Formats: sequence, structure tokens, C-alpha cells
Amino acid sequence: MNPVWRIVARRLGSAIPVLAIVAVGSYGLLALAPGDAVDAYLSGGAGGDAAYVAQLRQQWGLDRSFGARLLAYLLSLVTLDFGWSVAFGRPVREVVLDRLANTLLLMSAAIALSFSLGTVLGVVAGSRPGSWRDRVLSLLSLALYAAPGFWLGLMMIVAFAVKLSWFPLGGIGTIGAPLEGLARVRDMAWHLAMPAGALGLVYLALYLRLMRSGMVEAWRSDFVRTARAKGLARTRIVWRHVARNALLPVVTMLGLQAGSMLGGSVVIESVFAIPGLGRLAYEAVGQRDVPLLLGIILAGTVMVILINLLVDLAYARLDPRVVRR
Amino acid sequence: MWRRFRHSGAGVAGVLVLAPIVVLALLAPWLSPGDPQAMAGPPLLAPFQDAVFPLGTDRLGRNVLAALLHGASASLIVAAAAALGALFLGTVVGTVAGFVGGRTDEALMRLTETFQAVPGFILALALVSVLGPSLASVVLAIVLSSWTGPARVVRSEILSLRSRDFVDAYRVLGMRPLEIAFREVLPNALPPVVTLASVVVAAAILVEAALSFLGLGDPNRITWGRMIAEGRSVLRTAPYLSVIPGVAIILTVLAVNLIGEGVNEALAGKRAAA
Repeated sequence: MNPVWRIVARRLGSAIPVLAIVAVGSYGLLALAPGDAVDAYLSGGAGGDAAYVAQLRQQWGLDRSFGARLLAYLLSLVTLDFGWSVAFGRPVREVVLDRLANTLLLMSAAIALSFSLGTVLGVVAGSRPGSWRDRVLSLLSLALYAAPGFWLGLMMIVAFAVKLSWFPLGGIGTIGAPLEGLARVRDMAWHLAMPAGALGLVYLALYLRLMRSGMVEAWRSDFVRTARAKGLARTRIVWRHVARNALLPVVTMLGLQAGSMLGGSVVIESVFAIPGLGRLAYEAVGQRDVPLLLGIILAGTVMVILINLLVDLAYARLDPRVVRR
Repeated sequence: MWRRFRHSGAGVAGVLVLAPIVVLALLAPWLSPGDPQAMAGPPLLAPFQDAVFPLGTDRLGRNVLAALLHGASASLIVAAAAALGALFLGTVVGTVAGFVGGRTDEALMRLTETFQAVPGFILALALVSVLGPSLASVVLAIVLSSWTGPARVVRSEILSLRSRDFVDAYRVLGMRPLEIAFREVLPNALPPVVTLASVVVAAAILVEAALSFLGLGDPNRITWGRMIAEGRSVLRTAPYLSVIPGVAIILTVLAVNLIGEGVNEALAGKRAAA
């Protein structure tokens, strides 16, 4: 079998039990919450007498036992039916899919920023370890790594939106502007610059430091000595030989950080008023919309699994030994 | 070990920053007695204007310095409790998985993998929504989203240790397997866990700040994240209300990370010397 397909099959094969455990576990956890969907629905302003409440419970299947409800939920998941969102009055799948694109956009922008800037600066720092450039970059990135992303976002708002008016305060696009094609892309990029910056800068340090230490390590290896003995130019050794090898642990970290970045985007999306999956999770908690929250947990898990699959494929491409094994 | 730690610049710098923060947090009830959430002076007083309120007052005339000191203790309590919990849970799972092996190992690693695939912060949101906002549920949420790292590290250490001669020797002596695992093998596997502790503490401080920024922290306690959230409504006119607690978070997390680096260097030096 093609090695690429083998990687895909292995990842997806292990994904099914993981998703099953997540579904059962989070369903059980959220069932512990005080009150059920009927309470949440009625507290939303509908109100009603005891007979109506009992009728609703029966209608929504809430009078059945926990096991029966769990089984029904799992069976509907298999048909990709994630249930009904009480707060939005729409199927959970629709609500989640509506918001997913914005979060994916934000996360990819943030990953692209932190990964590219982090690795490039890591190469700069690691090509001459101990130099002043190395020290300044390391300290700066450590300070950024210690900063909460939402706080960075607020500071950017103060500096670039309030004081300088370079960027908009929030949102994902200019409201009511009938933009098409390239103008629309530019408008979105303009809106996403600050949130992606706030989310990405936190992770910059991680990639910078990994890249730097990988570079320092790779410098000492035999193949680099050979390359130097061959008389290759320094820049060529740095980029083609040292950096390529140092990139491997950085790519691994990218997969490990996917879940944490999705968590970070919950807060960033609320700071910048971006209608994404993260803010949806926050709204689901506020409205006690259990089916929606379950759907978001599952969607987030699927996202993390898929990102890790991509990371595996990238890794195989960078290091051919992985495929041959 | 201690001598090596003292020679690492990062570790010493970290201790020099963190120690005063811990002392100030411990002394908060004496340094600023009374309720930090009580109205103390005129509202929105800028910092460095009044000797009574060195860091100014917020929208409701509450003393920012008092809130900062009391917030420090909330942050540190949550971080310490969460780190202890995560390391304990991770160590137990990792030791059992690594030492018992077989099906147990398989099952426990599946569980670890699952917890790693669920976005930790969203799990934390769900947990806090079930248990209600309190310091305890914030701690539990952080523990559940950060025990997997320690579990993996401990397991791989135990795996490399369990086939050593001294383990067989204790078997021959008639010690029970789990007793060997926890009393004899585990202490040898702990050093890398110690360096992970700083990572967990730093992450805990940030997660707690994010949760309380979203209004899901303990409503009866002032925390740094909540101070930032409350300062947000006057971000244009009084940005210092958000800046000050943010700087406190950065300093604390930075200090914890530096200490972790120092411990790491000291352990690496010890390994190189051994």
C-alpha cells in the first residue's frame, strides 16, 4: 500500500475509539449538570405549567433512562446527526458548520504566523548561538510566551485600533459592505490581522525555541561537518542541512499545540467579537445548551485529529525514513 | 543539584522574580486588610497620583493594589493545586501503565490519547458549566486537561527502568509489583516530572486567567483575569486597569518558566556528570 495511505488509515483507525470515548465521556459529564434541556428552554422566557413541562420532557425523550438516551445519542451521531440546539432553535450540525469556517481561518492565520515567524527567527537565533541577536530574541519570545493571548489582544486593540486606528476593533468583516472577490478577502484579512496576531504571537516562542535548540544540535552533527568540509556556503548549510533537520520537532509540536490553540481561540474570539466555534462554545455554556456543547467538543476533537493527520503527512515528507520504516 | 541550579542564570532570575510575588501573595491579608472588593476611594484614579492608592483605583473606586495582591494568592493557589493534582494523577497513571504493561497499559494509553485529542480549554468550559464557577472546579478543569503530559513522561521513564536488575532483585525479595513500582522505581523516574511541573504551573496560571476573564472563575474572589475583564469596559479611558494585572501574569508565568529552565539545566548537568 502507498505509505501515505497507510499513515492516513492508521490515524483514522485510532480516531474512531477516541471519538467514541469522547462522545460517551462528555455526554456522561454534561448529564451531571443541574437541569435539563427543558429547564434551559423554559428559562429562556417561554415558561409553562407542570403538565406542559412533562409533555415537553416526553416529547424530547427526556423521560427515558440515562442509558437509553446515551444510546439514542450515539446512534444518531453515526448518521452525523448531532441533535438540536435549544438556544439557536436549529440543528447543532448547521450551527457548528456555520461557525467552523471563521475559526479555521483564524487558526490557520495564527498557525501560519507563529510557525513561519518562529522558525525563521529560530534559524536566525540558532545560526549563531550565544550572540546578542540570539539573547534578545530568546528573551522577547519568552516574555510573549508568558502573556495571556486575550491580554495581548486587548493591548493591540488599545494600540492599533483605538490610538492609531489602523485596524478595526473586532468582527470578521465590514458589516453591510457589499464586497466581492479580492476586496472581500482584503477586508477579512484586515479584520483578522489583530486576532491572528494575538493568538499566534503566544506560540511564536515555542517554535522559535524548538527551532533554535534543534539548530544548535544539528550544527554539531557529522553531516554538517561533512558539508562544511565540502566547502558549501554558510547560508546554504544553515537552510538546506541544519534547518531542515531542526524542523522535525517543530512540526511535531505543531500537532501537539493544535488543541491548545483551539482553546486559545475561544478567548480571542470573544475579545474580537468573531463569530467562530470558540465563541459558540462560550455561548453554549452561557445558555446551558448541552447538545450544542457536545457537538462543539466533538467537532474540536475531530479538528485536532485531522490536524495531527496533516502533521504526520508533513513529517513523512520532511523525513523519508518515517515512511520506509 | 542545588549548586548547579544556582549557576544557571535563568533559574536564579526566575526565583528572584517569583519569590517576592509569593511573599506578597502570602502577606496580602496583612498588607491590605479588609475586602479588596470594597469601595475604597474615588473611582478611576490613575496610578502614581495618590500615595494611598499607588496603582490607582478602578471604575468602582476599588484599590487596584489590594486587588492585585489578593489576586496573586488566588492565582498561585489555583496553579499550585492544579499542578499537584495533574502531576499526581499523571504519575499514578504513568507508573501503572508503564510497570504493569499489557492490556492495562494499552487501555490507559488510549485514555491518555483521548484526553490529548479533546481541546483542553473547551473541556474546562464544559466542566465549569457543570460544576458551577468556583476555585475547586477551575482546579479540577485544569487537572483534567493537563495530566496527560506527566503521564506519558512517567510511563516512558518507567518502561526504561523496569527491566533493570534492581527491579528483579526486589521481585526475588518477594515485594508486590505495585509496591516495587511506586516505592522503588518511581523515585528514579521523577526528575523529568519535576521539570514538567513548571510547564503545568505556567499553563495553570494562564488557563485560570482565561476562565476568569470569561467570567467563569470564582465569583467571590478577585483574580487577575477578572481584573482584566473588568478593566475592559474602560479600555479607552483607563487602559492601566487592564495593563497592570496583565503585567503581573506575565511576570509570574515568565518566572515559573525561567525556574523550569534552571531545573532543566541543573538536571542535564547532573546527567552529563554522572
